[in-house]
Amino acid sequence: MSFLELKDLKIHFPTDDGLVKSVDGLTFSLERGSTLGIVGESGSGKSVTSLGILGLHKGGHARISGEIWLDGEELVSASQEHVRGLRGKKMAMIFQDPLSAMHPYYTVGDQIVEAYRIHHSVSKKVARKHAIDMLGRVGIPEPGRRVDAYPHEFSGGMRQRAMIAMALSCDPELLIADEPTTALDVTVQAQILDLMRDLQREFNSALIIITHDLGVVAELSDDILVMYGGKCIEYGAAEDIFYRPEHPYTWGLLGSMPRLDRERTERLMPIKGSPPSLINIPPGCAFHPRCPYSDRTQGKADTEVPALLETEGGHLVRCHLPREERRSLWENEIKPMLETT
Amino acid sequence: MVTYIIRRLIGAVIMLLIVSMATFAIFFLVPQLAGATPEGMASRYVGRTATAETAKLAAERLGFNDPLVVQYGRFVKGIVAGAEYDYGPGVEECPAPCLGYSFITRQPVFPDLMNRLPITLSLAIGAAVIWVVMGVGIGVLSALRRGSVFDRAAMTVALAGVSLPIFFTGLVSLLVFSYGNPFSFAAQGGHYTTFLDSPSQWAYNLLLPWITLAFLFAATYARLTRAGMLETMNEDYIRTARAKGLRESTVVTKHGLRAALTPILTVFGLDFGLLIGGAVLTESAYSLPGLGKYAIDAIVNQDLPKVMGVTLLAALFVVVASLIVDLLYAVVDPRVRLA
Amino acid sequence: MTTPNEPLLSVQDLQKYFPVTKGLLKRQVGAVKAVDGISFDVFKGETLGVVGESGCGKSTMGRLVTRLLEPTGGKVLFEGQDITHMSQGRLRPLRRDMQMIFQDPFSSLNPRHTVGAIVGAPFRIQGIKTEHGTKKAVQEILELVGLNPEHYNRYPHEFSGGQRQRIGIARTLALKPKMIIADEPVSALDVSIQAQVVNLLEDLQNELDLTYVVIAHDLSVVRHISDRVAVMYLGKLVELADRKDLYESPMHPYTNALMSAVPIPDPARRNDRERIRLQGDVPSPLSPPPACRFHTRCWKAQAICKVEEPPLVELASRHQVACHFPEKVPQEAAEAVSA
Repeated sequence: MSFLELKDLKIHFPTDDGLVKSVDGLTFSLERGSTLGIVGESGSGKSVTSLGILGLHKGGHARISGEIWLDGEELVSASQEHVRGLRGKKMAMIFQDPLSAMHPYYTVGDQIVEAYRIHHSVSKKVARKHAIDMLGRVGIPEPGRRVDAYPHEFSGGMRQRAMIAMALSCDPELLIADEPTTALDVTVQAQILDLMRDLQREFNSALIIITHDLGVVAELSDDILVMYGGKCIEYGAAEDIFYRPEHPYTWGLLGSMPRLDRERTERLMPIKGSPPSLINIPPGCAFHPRCPYSDRTQGKADTEVPALLETEGGHLVRCHLPREERRSLWENEIKPMLETT
Repeated sequence: MVTYIIRRLIGAVIMLLIVSMATFAIFFLVPQLAGATPEGMASRYVGRTATAETAKLAAERLGFNDPLVVQYGRFVKGIVAGAEYDYGPGVEECPAPCLGYSFITRQPVFPDLMNRLPITLSLAIGAAVIWVVMGVGIGVLSALRRGSVFDRAAMTVALAGVSLPIFFTGLVSLLVFSYGNPFSFAAQGGHYTTFLDSPSQWAYNLLLPWITLAFLFAATYARLTRAGMLETMNEDYIRTARAKGLRESTVVTKHGLRAALTPILTVFGLDFGLLIGGAVLTESAYSLPGLGKYAIDAIVNQDLPKVMGVTLLAALFVVVASLIVDLLYAVVDPRVRLA
Repeated sequence: MTTPNEPLLSVQDLQKYFPVTKGLLKRQVGAVKAVDGISFDVFKGETLGVVGESGCGKSTMGRLVTRLLEPTGGKVLFEGQDITHMSQGRLRPLRRDMQMIFQDPFSSLNPRHTVGAIVGAPFRIQGIKTEHGTKKAVQEILELVGLNPEHYNRYPHEFSGGQRQRIGIARTLALKPKMIIADEPVSALDVSIQAQVVNLLEDLQNELDLTYVVIAHDLSVVRHISDRVAVMYLGKLVELADRKDLYESPMHPYTNALMSAVPIPDPARRNDRERIRLQGDVPSPLSPPPACRFHTRCWKAQAICKVEEPPLVELASRHQVACHFPEKVPQEAAEAVSA
């Protein structure tokens, strides 16, 4: 069994307007020392997944089913108190906007000390030394002085470093980063991505990085999971997703993105329409209203939910199109358009 | 931080000056604009039965003929250094701080106010403790169990509490807890024992007024706290606190409540400041001889110096309370210290 | 009138200082030099892209050019007319020709107005009569930006983020402007929607002969949409060149660092890329480093960079750079520099 395994995880929220199926049957696994990138647009269910793994939907209105196995322990059926004990220690999280994710009333040091002392019965003095040590390790200059600063006194990049220091303070084995660099400037983003890469090697933790930015995913991930409408629609090694994608939505994402590493294309190839609302997911394949090939599925597109099937060596795709047709579309139509003007 | 404190202090002093001018204008300028003559004003001091001659002399001696600026200057000087009221037939001493001199009771106003203050203060402090504990407690529980039966019931009662006038709730609580019915464990009002004489008697006598007064405020505070908590518990940093593995009770108190209470602190400061200036309705309903009762009696008797004294003192409390709130705010929220 | 050689918009040594006050008396102790002496021209029909990180002054620049802010110094010429300090009344007719698109499609539309009212507002404000009535004109514009004309009576909340940005674009197009300043027009949108809006902007440019200034932090988007690109750092223009020159042979170290920092969506290249990593964050614009503002983070910086500010000079054809030690300089220009 892998270090982290999700089996058919569902997180649904009953609301006055109907059932919101934020995560609807997610299955994947992840080993220590490797990185999974989860890619999706707003409302794809990617952030709900991460909070779900940490057990933060427990005890609320959410209806959770399926299994989450972390290091041989099942967490969906585990007690709230037990999962709380794992949070911060065995699994930790880094959030998008470090200004709003840190408490404005407490110093950065106090917040790290708090995180450390939940799981370690040590004196405040020892914990403070640890906090200074952590701040130094994530590259904050003069950590002995900055430990007493408030979050608003830090720059954006320093705040995200402090957030990382807080998340790593208890040596977690699973680290989840939800859009960790979206709020940062490009040059600072590069620093933070480097830092996360280095720290992961040092701590040998399993890392899940959640983002809408394919560039960020490509920089860090071993495996990539593409989410759409609460479901995984394509999963594979990073090379599979970038060099041999088979789902029309993945093609759309790649075609929507202007790229610096290629010749400039005259025209971007956007996906038509907008991402669906999770309260009203289209029947059949959730992507069919936006899919340019939905008329090639013999009427299955809007009636039948396609299964997530393996095409080759761990590469999974959820699409009604026959495998040969997908491959030929990619090789003959999509790839040439992405690579030439 | 020091700049912040100094700026707030200067602001408070300026505010007090403006308030004193406004009060002075209302009590001396407005009657004149409305046609009152200096003699007419003076006649209130020497009595309506006095001859026109006496009134004229009094007006002259009391300075009602001087320009307003001079009169205001004399008024401020009285507060700082004391004053003498020479109304013709005799001279009355009014030692500093002189907030005026009642010629109806022939007493300086300030010592009167100081005698009444402990009663109002006792009423306000006791009620404040009850309403903060009740209001914040109910508000937090309501927010954490939003939509539950408890939440709905609490918010309905709170709505009633906000809407019902104090003399109504006062009468109801008198009916329920007093007048010899089985629940009567509290005094009917009208009595006051100082805390130093007998703490238990002090609390016993004040219990009903406290509950009556606190009911109104607790309702407001429960609603405020609930709204504040609901907002705060949705903040990103609450999610972070949970992700660290903190116990939910710590998340709620240390991370949620502290932030949610900051705006309530402001409201509380002003409410409390206003209240020490006189809980007029409650004091009247229970015949407690506090500042509010004093003000009402003074108004009924048209005892101008007393009314003015109470007004100024009340304004002082509000200004001081808001100053304290500002400073506390900076202590609680480090971001304010930048300003 | 504008001749082909004359710029539509000309910005000369533009400055905007925001005063910084301190202490009790709010003494001015300094200034945030948000925009500190930048010059560039925009020609009819072209797109100038402006890139830079937070605090570089790119948004302030956009607001100065459209006169939403008043410049501290320098000049803004639109069609040869000096609008730097023109009164709002005299600016009004010019506002038809120069429009602005904002980043956030959620807060820049009034939620209480229908789409028809929002897009039709410019007609009413400018008092323009259209041939078949405002409604017809608005519906034509809605169609132009890819919205259903029958949605005329709907409210902004009924639309998705991408559609809202289309409404914002429709509003700016109502009066057939000559120039559009777009401040981060796609950064709040989902990836698949960004491409739709980028394509729309390009189509509209061809169809309506528009001139764009596109302000953005995303270097790939700017490269895709621009003909020429300006790079800003802490209120200064550090490099300005044709798109191809800038992206293929950037001369300023900062531009090089920016390009190197962009994550590349190609997993095979993550390990073989040559990376330039800048240290630290962008310094505060409140106290920018003296002389060359980039010297604190620059790996090529020498003593001269700390004492002498490098001027923006043309080192290659249509390629201006402000650096003492530029990269990839053509031979003859390099000699001219060292001479």
